[in-house]
Amino acid sequence: MAIIRTAIRSARPAEDPAGLPAKLRVRNLNFFYGGYQALQDITLDIPENRVTAFIGPSGCGKSTLLRTFNRMYSLYPDQRAEGEVILDDVNVLAMKRDLPLVRAKIGMVFQKPTPFPMSIYDNIAFGVRLFEKLGKRAMDERVEWALTRAALWDEVRGKLGQSGDSLSGGQQQRLCIARCIAIKPEVLLLDEPCSALDPISTARIEELITELKNDYTVIIVTHNMQQAARVSDYTAYMYLGELIEFGDTDSLFIKPQRKETEDYITGRFG
Amino acid sequence: MNARYRARKAVNGLMLAVSTLALAFGLFWLVWILGTLLYEGGYALLQATLYYRMTPPPGEDGGLANAIAGSAVLVVMATVIGTPVGILAGTYLAEYGKQSRLASATRFLNDVLLSAPSIVIGLFIYSVYVAQVRHFSGWAGALALALIVVPVVVRTTDDMLRLVPNSLREAAVALGCPTWKMVLRVSYRAARSGIVTGALLAVARISGETAPLLFTALNNQFWSLDLNRPMSNLPTVIFQFAMSPYEDWHRLAWGGAALITLTVLALNIIARLAFRKD
Repeated sequence: MAIIRTAIRSARPAEDPAGLPAKLRVRNLNFFYGGYQALQDITLDIPENRVTAFIGPSGCGKSTLLRTFNRMYSLYPDQRAEGEVILDDVNVLAMKRDLPLVRAKIGMVFQKPTPFPMSIYDNIAFGVRLFEKLGKRAMDERVEWALTRAALWDEVRGKLGQSGDSLSGGQQQRLCIARCIAIKPEVLLLDEPCSALDPISTARIEELITELKNDYTVIIVTHNMQQAARVSDYTAYMYLGELIEFGDTDSLFIKPQRKETEDYITGRFG
Repeated sequence: MNARYRARKAVNGLMLAVSTLALAFGLFWLVWILGTLLYEGGYALLQATLYYRMTPPPGEDGGLANAIAGSAVLVVMATVIGTPVGILAGTYLAEYGKQSRLASATRFLNDVLLSAPSIVIGLFIYSVYVAQVRHFSGWAGALALALIVVPVVVRTTDDMLRLVPNSLREAAVALGCPTWKMVLRVSYRAARSGIVTGALLAVARISGETAPLLFTALNNQFWSLDLNRPMSNLPTVIFQFAMSPYEDWHRLAWGGAALITLTVLALNIIARLAFRKD
């Protein structure tokens, strides 16, 4: 079996996600909002140091899936998940304590920019201080490093003391990305990070994603199929809480295996 | 201009007129009250004796020094006791209890307490504290006032924290922030001007409360800052002096009333200035 798979993979130019080392392994995941089941038996492997995109119509469960990876749903008592989400070799869903430690490894950026009501500097330092005790100089360096990686440093270097709310929408979103990578996570979850942004800010963030995948496993949820095609290595198409198709982005967009996927990406959906 | 449009304009004009009249009606009384207060109490406010002489027997010169000091002590003590309790309880409701049954029940009872007549609270402290220790005291007064502070602060803290968008909380938690730190560093930070306004509202409310003090702190003609003894305070003195037949007592009562009003006004202005940026 393994030999056959290897033969197939070597015959194709693109990699098969199943053949790469997986950072996150999702097994038989079901998710419920109270009595409503939002995810149906999801199983997939998310490869390390690649960009994986989730696409699908509104309400198909892609954001919900993302929110199980860092147990965000645990904030809300009526939401629950069954199955396994394994980060390296820890089942995140079974964890009772030390959730903050897992969340520090899995950074998340939301649809709407969420700068904290504090200065630009403190927005970055806040997360770092949760886990590390850095001196003034080390902290300054870390803040600069994170802002540079998020392509924001040149725009804010002279006004680090200003409130994070004073920035434009695109800058705020990059601040949130900077805040996320400042604590050096291993996985980055991006939940429609560009949906509130203009095309120029979107392009900057897409460049950033491509650059970040060298060091991080990036998972992005997007409504925008072109965006998925541009930035991701692998794409998963979801519909009504089910994973319909998952494969490398080029194949999925050029030659989808499933009829539903084809209908969606060609706009014949519905 | 067709008929429909004319009718719409007429209705608009009518509504504008009615609401302006309502505004004028409300403002009229407010301005009248403030004007009377300043007219009658303004002169007393300018007398230095108001601030260093004790409340006098009828026919003698005096001031309100003991009542001013007593009120200050009572209000500060009540705020110091009531505000932390209120803020913590409000925090429980908004950040932890949310829509749980305990939180909903607490919210309901808190609203009942919020609208309870203050004399009931005075009688309550009288029966559980004053009647047990068998003397009126500053502590009893401060406790009664604190019981008025708590529901006001609980309500405003709860409301203000619930205005903080959940996305902000999620962002903090997603960084690996424990809940308590998220509340402390993010929620409080985002809601702080509202929470402080709530505390000031409570201070304003208790500064003028008379009924709960009649049964608890009572009054004291002499200078005393001992919370274990009856304590003078502005509202009770105003009540007593205003009910008396003596001209000079009336003047002092007006002065005291104007003083409370202006102090509360000043507190509000300071708070507005301090939180103008937010």
